[in-house]
Parts: sequence; structure tokens; C-alpha cells
Amino acid sequence: MDILGNLPQVLFSGLAAGSVYALVALAMVIIYRTTEVLNFAQGDMAMMSTYVGLGLLVAGGLPFFWAMLGALAFAAALGAFSEFAFLRRAKEPTVLGLIIITLGIEMIVFGFASWKWGGDPRDLPTPLSPADVVVIGGVIMSYLELATIAISATTISALFLFLNRSKAGLAMRATQQNRAVARLMGIRVRRVEMGAWALAAVIGGIAGLLVGPATTVEPYMMWDPMMKGFAAAVLGGMTSLAGAALGGAIIGIIENLFGFYVSTAFKSVVPFAAILLMLAIKPSGLLARHYVKKV
Amino acid sequence: MDMKRSYYRDLRLFDTWPLGLWLVVCAALLALVPFFAGNYLMYVLGYIAINAMVALGLNVLVGYTGQISLGHAGFFAIGAYATVLLAKAGVPIPLALVAAAFIAAAFGFLLGLPALRLEGPYLAVITLGFGLTVENIFAKAEFFGGATGPSVPPFSLSLWPGFSREQNLYWLIMLCAGGTILAIRNLMRTRVGRAFVAIRDSDVAAACAGVDLTWYKTLAFAVSAAFTGVAGGLFAFHLGQVDPTTFNLMLSILFLAMVVIGGVGSILGPLLGAVTISLLNLKLKGLKLADFEQIPLAGKEIAGFISRHFMETGMANIQFIVYGGILVLIMVFEPLGLYGLWIRAKRYWRTWPL
Repeated sequence: MDILGNLPQVLFSGLAAGSVYALVALAMVIIYRTTEVLNFAQGDMAMMSTYVGLGLLVAGGLPFFWAMLGALAFAAALGAFSEFAFLRRAKEPTVLGLIIITLGIEMIVFGFASWKWGGDPRDLPTPLSPADVVVIGGVIMSYLELATIAISATTISALFLFLNRSKAGLAMRATQQNRAVARLMGIRVRRVEMGAWALAAVIGGIAGLLVGPATTVEPYMMWDPMMKGFAAAVLGGMTSLAGAALGGAIIGIIENLFGFYVSTAFKSVVPFAAILLMLAIKPSGLLARHYVKKV
Repeated sequence: MDMKRSYYRDLRLFDTWPLGLWLVVCAALLALVPFFAGNYLMYVLGYIAINAMVALGLNVLVGYTGQISLGHAGFFAIGAYATVLLAKAGVPIPLALVAAAFIAAAFGFLLGLPALRLEGPYLAVITLGFGLTVENIFAKAEFFGGATGPSVPPFSLSLWPGFSREQNLYWLIMLCAGGTILAIRNLMRTRVGRAFVAIRDSDVAAACAGVDLTWYKTLAFAVSAAFTGVAGGLFAFHLGQVDPTTFNLMLSILFLAMVVIGGVGSILGPLLGAVTISLLNLKLKGLKLADFEQIPLAGKEIAGFISRHFMETGMANIQFIVYGGILVLIMVFEPLGLYGLWIRAKRYWRTWPL
């Protein structure tokens, strides 16, 4: 086995996987930095959106592009509805309580999806088959992987522009920093929070639609990417967008290096080890300012 | 109203003597069950008791110390595997259970170490990762029996002459569960228990008052893991098999749901939560289409709708919708859970007709 010769290939596959993790991590970060809630329902909301996309494509007979757009619209509605119907209604909300609500939403969504569609894995047919490959410099790149990287990169850049340059992005940051003052300044705080949930669900949904064709569509499909997305978000410092994107890429690459050179069976231990190490060395994450608790 | 006005009242094992009497009666009734009940009732009660042990153990962490854990299925799995592997190696079962408690506690201690610098969300992610990692390692490593899990050795313990396997197992489970309740109740009346509560209410204030955060936070994890580990060991015998995929994320959330639904920070709460979730679990797992036809008025229509739009094979997953729904409702309407409802009812009647 050519150890070094395979390195570019491993790095490329890692980057393709990592770009999906980066999307999940970004979805996490968007909600966390607006409402300080960790959304554990993220993965399963994405899973359900993917099923909806699959349904529109196969049973509904829509063209691919419109079916995917429909899935994302559904994701946005699901995210906004979750915030509006459940999180906003919490009585005396604490961080723990809100996390538990997202866990409840996760169970509802998971239960509903696996009841409606069953546990059998299904294929999500795409115009880009994983079998079509292009070889550049000895690295085999499938069209699907290239599309994954391209779509993630585009989404992430658009998100950066939106959150850092638009008024809505500014409103989100203001809401996180001080909800009461943001409200006094005329920001519709609740609408911003609902928007953040919808936006995060759409980003997660894109991740789901990218995972679907690469593996299969099944109720458990997003658990693994969600865990790695979490790890990526923690690695990047929970509040930093760039950190989350970087974290996703790092987790994907490390995981693939580990899988190739050490053991495939224990690949999923890697993200956990990575966050443990990160938190032991620099708890604030790669790209976030250190958070000092005021007493 | 429920204020304690003297230190000695706080130190009592039971608040009032009638309460103590009732508890003794309940314990005696539960102990007598094997003499007159069939295997199924013992199975159900054993299942509830195992879940109650986990819920009580988790409550030490979530309810009393104020730390979150989404990885208790991991400790549960560690306890189950440790017990089974030790028992297979010839260690007597009670000793294997004690060893499982210590092994789980050791892992709890290790997991507690990062908890020192972490709060809410970070801790949730770390414990979630722990649970998934443990499940993954058990399912993949050949040493632990791979995807099918190790075979469970015969349950050879005899507690009463002439008892069958089920009866002996039932007594052992009940002994452990009773021991857990007593141990946790006692723990919370000591210096250690008060330190836990102080950390929950304000870790900074606790540290200022001389509570060693490092020691007590890791200790809370270890104690919680120990009870969960014993419960895991009992669960392996109770089910008669160890399947690594049962110890998944959903199980961890279910354990947390028991504590939250029952009410955090009490003994009664997690017990109520464990009873509720266990009964729902047993009831909903075997749900069939025919059950929907029993619904009055529109049974046929509902069943028809369900068979047209939903998968027959996925019907067991209705339980997750129910648990999730209860979780959300509890957090929205009564964050103290069933225990909170109980307190409210008590207060209403005590101050009646005000």
C-alpha cells in the first residue's frame, strides 16, 4: 500500500465529508448564537426534510431541482414552527429546559418519520451519480463529492455575507448579546429568533440532502453527521461561523486520515476525542474569543 | 408550608412517621409479589425497578448537582457488559454487580473531569459523544462480542429455597432498587448531598463556601454512573441478552425523559417518571393497527387513514412521538414534572378552602 501516495485522495474525501459537517455545525451555531440553545433536533429535522424531498421527487414526480427546493421550504417551515410552537412557549425557560425541549422535538420528529416511512433504507436518486468520476492529479473525485464541496462552499459564503453584512444578521447578533436592549432598540426579537430557527433548519436541510445521495435515506441517517457537526461547532467555539466551517473540515479530514491509516471500525470515536482534546487545551474553541464568566 | 424549620428535621430519613409506615408496607407488598404473581407481572415490575434505578442515579446528577448528561446509556452499557463478562469468567453475580458499579463509576469519574470546565451545552455535547462512542466500541470490538453482543451466562443466584430463576432475579432487582432509594435518600442528607445541591444552586457561591468543585462534580458523575451501572448489569439478566444497539442515543434521552417527566431534584419524581415511561414503553411497543380500531366513534376511519399513510412496520415508533410530546408539554406547562403536580395538589388541599 502506498502510504503517501494515497494522502491526497484521503484528504479530498475528508474534505467532502467535512463540508457536510460544516453545514450542520453552522446550523448549530446560528441557533446557538441567537438564542443560546443547542438544537438537538437539528439532525432529525434535516432527516425529515430529506424524506420530504424524496417524496416530492419520487411520488410527486417533480423535477429534481424543484423537489429539493420544496424540501428546503419544508425545512424552513418546520424550523419556524418548532420555535413558534414549542420553544417560545416554555415556562420559566432555563438552558437545561430549552435543551430538553429540543430533545422532545427530536423524538417527535424521529418517531413521526420512522412511523411514516419505516426503517428501510431508500435511495435518493440524483442527476449526479457517485459512480461518475473525474481524475485530477491521481485523485479520484466523484461528481457527487465535487458537488457537495461546491454547494457547501457556496452556502457557507452566502451565509457569511448574510450574517455579517445584512441588517438581519446584525439583528441576530444583537439579540444574542442582549435580548432586552435589542428589543428596546426596535428589533423584533421573537421574529429574529424564529428566523434563526428557520435559517438553521434550511442549512441543516441542505446537509441532509447532501448526505442522502451519498449514503441512503433512513431514520438514523443524520445521527452520525449531527454528532460530527456538534464536534465541529465545539471545535470552532460555538459562536464563530468561520470556526464552525473550519471545524467541520478538520473533523472530516482527521476522521478520514484515522479511518485510512488506523482503523475504519472506530472512525466515529474520532470527533469525540477531538472535542475532548480541544476542550482540554483551549476550551473557548479555535476561533472564538475566550468567554469569561462574570459573577 | 413545606418549610423545614430545624436542622434535625432535615436529617430525618422520613419526614413523618406515617410516611415511613406506608413505605414499609409498600416494600413488604413488593417483596411478597413472587409468592402470588405470575412471571409477567414480575417482568414488568423488574423492568420498572431497573429504570427507576437509572432515573434515580441520573437525578443525582441532573436534579441535585445541576449537570446534564446525554450519555447515561453508555454507563448502562458499561454496567451490562462488565457484569456479563465477569459472570462469564466465573465471578459470583453479586460481586460482578458491585464490580460493575465500580467500573461504571470509574468511567463516570473520567467523564466528570472535563465537566469541571464545561457548562450546559458543552457538557451535553461531551456526554452525548461519550454515549455514542461507548455504543460504537461495544458494537465493533470483537472482544465484546461484536454486533450480536456476548451471551448472558445463566442466572445462578438463589435467594430463597425453591425459587425459580425469575423469582430470584425479581428479588435481586428489588433489593438493588430499594438499596438505591435508601442510599440516595441518605446521601442527600449528608455533607456530600448538600454540597451537590449547593453546586446546582450556584457553583461560585458553593466554591466560596469551601465546596471543592473538582471533587464534588466528579463525585456526582461517579455516583450517578455507579447506580446506572448496577442497573445495566441487572438489565442484562432481566432481558437475557445484551444487544449493543439498544444502548443508543434514544435510550439516553429516555433516561433523561424519566427524570424530567417525573420531576428533577426529588426521590418521588424520578420514580414516577420511571413508572410512567416504562409502562408507556411496554404498552406502545406492541401497538398494532387493530388497536386504533378500538378508538370510539371514528376508529375505522383512523385505522384506515393510518394504514394508507403510514408504515405498518414503523408503528413501534409511535412511542417516541408520545415521549417527545410529553417532554415538550412538561417543559412548557409544568417544569417540575409530575412531582410538581403532586406538590400543587397537596398544597391545594392543605390550604383548602382558601
